[in-house]
Amino acid sequence: MNTIVNIAKLFKSAKEIFPFHGGVHPPENKAQSTQLPIGQLPIPEKIVLPLRQHVGNIPKVKVSVGDYVLKGQLIAEAEGTVSAAIHASTSGIVSAVSDAIIPHPSGLPDRCITITPDGLDKWIEKTPQDWRNAERKSLVASLRLSGIVGLGGATFPTHIKLRADGKSGVHTLVINAAECEPYITCDDMLMRERADEIVKGITIAQYLLGAEKVIVGVEDNKPEAAAGLKSAISELNAQIQVKIVPTLYPSGDARRLVHLVLGTEIPYDKRSTEVGLQVFNVATVVALYRYFELGEPSISRIVSMTGNVQNPQNFEVLFGTPMLHLVQAAGGAKANTTHFIMGGPMMGFDLPTAEVPITKAANCIIAASPSLFAPPPPAMPCIRCARCADACPVNLQPQELYWFAKSDNFEKANDYKLFDCIECGACSYVCPSDIPLVQYYRYAKSEIIALDKAKEAADLARERNDFRLARIEREKQERAQKHAERAQAGKAEAAKTETGTKAEPKIDQSDEKLNTNNGLSSGADDAKKAAIAAAIERAKALKAAAKSESTSEATTEQKVKPKKSAPDDDDAKKALIAAAIERAKAQKAAALAAGNAPKNVADAAEPVKKEIEEIEARRQSVGLAEPKEAALNKETELIKPNNTDAAADKQALIAAAIARAKAQKAAADAAKSVQSDSKTEKE
Amino acid sequence: MNRSPYISNAPSVGSIMFKVLLALVPGIAAYVWVYGGGILVTLILATITALIAEAAMLKLRKRPIQPFLMDYSAVLTAWLLALAIPPIAPWWLIVVGTFFAIVVAKHLYGGLGYNPFNPAMIGYAVLLISFPVLMTKWPAALQLAQTPLSFGDQLHLIFSGVLPQGVQIDAVTSATPLDYLKTQLMLKHEVGSITQAPVFGVLGGKGNEWVTGAYLLGGLYLWQQKIISWHLPTAFLAALAMISGVFWLVNPAHFASPLFHLFSGASMLCAFFIITDPVSGPTTPKGKLYFAAGVAVIAYLIRVYGGYPDGIAFAVIFMNICVPLIDAHTQPRVFGHEK
Repeated sequence: MNTIVNIAKLFKSAKEIFPFHGGVHPPENKAQSTQLPIGQLPIPEKIVLPLRQHVGNIPKVKVSVGDYVLKGQLIAEAEGTVSAAIHASTSGIVSAVSDAIIPHPSGLPDRCITITPDGLDKWIEKTPQDWRNAERKSLVASLRLSGIVGLGGATFPTHIKLRADGKSGVHTLVINAAECEPYITCDDMLMRERADEIVKGITIAQYLLGAEKVIVGVEDNKPEAAAGLKSAISELNAQIQVKIVPTLYPSGDARRLVHLVLGTEIPYDKRSTEVGLQVFNVATVVALYRYFELGEPSISRIVSMTGNVQNPQNFEVLFGTPMLHLVQAAGGAKANTTHFIMGGPMMGFDLPTAEVPITKAANCIIAASPSLFAPPPPAMPCIRCARCADACPVNLQPQELYWFAKSDNFEKANDYKLFDCIECGACSYVCPSDIPLVQYYRYAKSEIIALDKAKEAADLARERNDFRLARIEREKQERAQKHAERAQAGKAEAAKTETGTKAEPKIDQSDEKLNTNNGLSSGADDAKKAAIAAAIERAKALKAAAKSESTSEATTEQKVKPKKSAPDDDDAKKALIAAAIERAKAQKAAALAAGNAPKNVADAAEPVKKEIEEIEARRQSVGLAEPKEAALNKETELIKPNNTDAAADKQALIAAAIARAKAQKAAADAAKSVQSDSKTEKE
Repeated sequence: MNRSPYISNAPSVGSIMFKVLLALVPGIAAYVWVYGGGILVTLILATITALIAEAAMLKLRKRPIQPFLMDYSAVLTAWLLALAIPPIAPWWLIVVGTFFAIVVAKHLYGGLGYNPFNPAMIGYAVLLISFPVLMTKWPAALQLAQTPLSFGDQLHLIFSGVLPQGVQIDAVTSATPLDYLKTQLMLKHEVGSITQAPVFGVLGGKGNEWVTGAYLLGGLYLWQQKIISWHLPTAFLAALAMISGVFWLVNPAHFASPLFHLFSGASMLCAFFIITDPVSGPTTPKGKLYFAAGVAVIAYLIRVYGGYPDGIAFAVIFMNICVPLIDAHTQPRVFGHEK
């Protein structure tokens, strides 16, 4: 009897949906683009592949102008931890590596590789992998060459999400097939037509993660897709659960979807993997399938071409295909088309021009017209009706955040969890006063990030200045002391000369003696100094650690969770560098304490010091621009006060140079990770 | 450029306010039926005054006039004030009250969206303090009056202050049930015998209970239309019922029943139309509960122990002051955060 009850309970929980707060249900407008099957495009006359198609570092170009490349050939390789490779999407000749406008809200040009196709569409030799019998580690390593990124729009490199090598603690894999934004139907069509590829891809992802359970979340407005998926699952005998969730925007947001299907609320400061979960988009798992089972890298995706075009349809599009090519394939844009939107009407953005290529992030292109998207009426004052708060899927208070953002009260905005905002636009969608709320939040976020950076730089500059002043003061005292000692020695010598003994050798001797004395005393001094320096160093290291922790916290707040692995690495690297510097210093201090003090300290040090100061001044100016670099320089700087012989100085310079290089890299990585922004969440 | 979302599905501020005005219509109809057409005159006067004051202030403040006039917020303020003051009061009373509500309580604080106090309630409080006699001269329900006034008579009374030949003012006015109860209790009568007086009906005041019932109906329409959430009215009515219930249970001879309190004075108007003003009210769900309960408790205490027969206006104004505090301390838990 009990077992029956238990089974019933299990059955119930399997069916159960855990709604999130808020959400909106805009007109779906999905039917238009699902009338026709996924179309294929002819090979375009040119392919423009931006290097920046994903979150993270720009990949390193491996071809040069004039090279002949085959379809699927790696033309740019992943650089650093968070990066993705880029492959030629057809065969042809590399005709340019230059700047061109990329599909990005900024509208700025960026580095692109242009290929003139030869029309043969000739593949490289495909190397499918026997993934079932391969080690997870090597599979994930090979994924770095696949160019696969999250195709739900987040474009986060997939190999990092899979870095787990089986010990990830990921017990449940959630497949995001919600596709909650209006107009977009690329995942819907993919599920209808290629459900078997999805199921096979899921099996691969599950194997790579070592996940016990897989749940696919599909909105109930895609019954055909869900049915196709279910039949493919039973055909392939896979252990995958399909959960139908109510159609409610933004159920396709990763955190919302996890809550919907599992009832788990991922803490704001944790990544999904930290609670044993991982989320993949359906299109991403298909890319996994194609890579491992067919040996095809990521060179194309399904794109919904819809809105104000003659025949809205989904197409399989090679990356780098000019967008207008796609528009033509859909019968061309209607006469009153004003511009094009990439993404959906809730979170998409205006394309700067129609002359942009299709990239990995392009899930949907909407031809916009005033009749489809009427320009918003002028904003009225907020009447505090709190409809936005009712609609917010994060349960924020948008009306308060608006108030704080508008009055530049950033501290308060932070207190009210501005950085938890996923910019889904539900608040603006329901605002009776037509206030562009999300724009205010974007503005406040960017201002807060900029202010934080400026503050960090100012703090470092102040710290460095304080330290420098203290050092100058100490050196002054040391010189004064030496002068005094010298004067005393001179007196003693004068006394000796009076006794009538030979002056010259004695002076030498006494000089030597003096120096030795000096050396000894400074040796003792140096030991003390070294101890102090070591203590300061320790304190600084602690502070740096604390700071890096808080920075990583800040980044967490900015929703860069999935990429945190990179900053973590950098932090680890930094910590190692700091430790190494400290060790070196301790060794030096020990040497000094043992009486190995260099002779003629003051004399030898003067020019060197001058040089150091020059270098330092230079660094300081750089350091102001690059706070992270300054942080590391500061650590190396500690060597200088004790660093009195030329050799050591050289060493310090080398160390500084290395540190600087590392810091630059770290800064670059950090900058990249910040860029990823909340979109990362929408895997 | 990133200016998403591109779509919106929100009723405009104007359409929201219009629905609120619409929801007041049943109450106004009942009002006319019970007290005669004088209220329509007051409503028209209030509306005209509000629109003129609003337009003048917008012009002075160099704001676009048309969109703000069309948002009906000034009209709503005017109507609420008109419904709160005696419908046979001289014409200038409503004009002064409305003028003060729009000019001082609304525009001097920054206009729509910025006024910390409910403008209608400020207008009411100003009139009550400045013209207490006029403000307590309520007409008797037509069925109770010795000489029921015709619409023409009421019109005449409003504009010239002159009653028809041979009619005394006492013959057309009557103490409101709340007022009557208060004075009779002071004369050491018991609630049971007091409510036997003709001015009392089944639920509240005779006749007036129909008006309050119609407000309730209009309020339910607003709730159904999702113009207001359940929090404010429910918390207000529940708190009022609870506090009056406790007093009533302790000493039913000295305290009126919860039902009487719910259907007397401005209770229903307050529950659905006054405290639901979003601008001067709290925004968090929990905050709405506290706010409404606070208004109910203070209003009840003024009714029972205060110097005025009804205390809604002062209670609302007092709780308006507390709104920032209430909002700050009732922030809901954000997704993914511990409380």
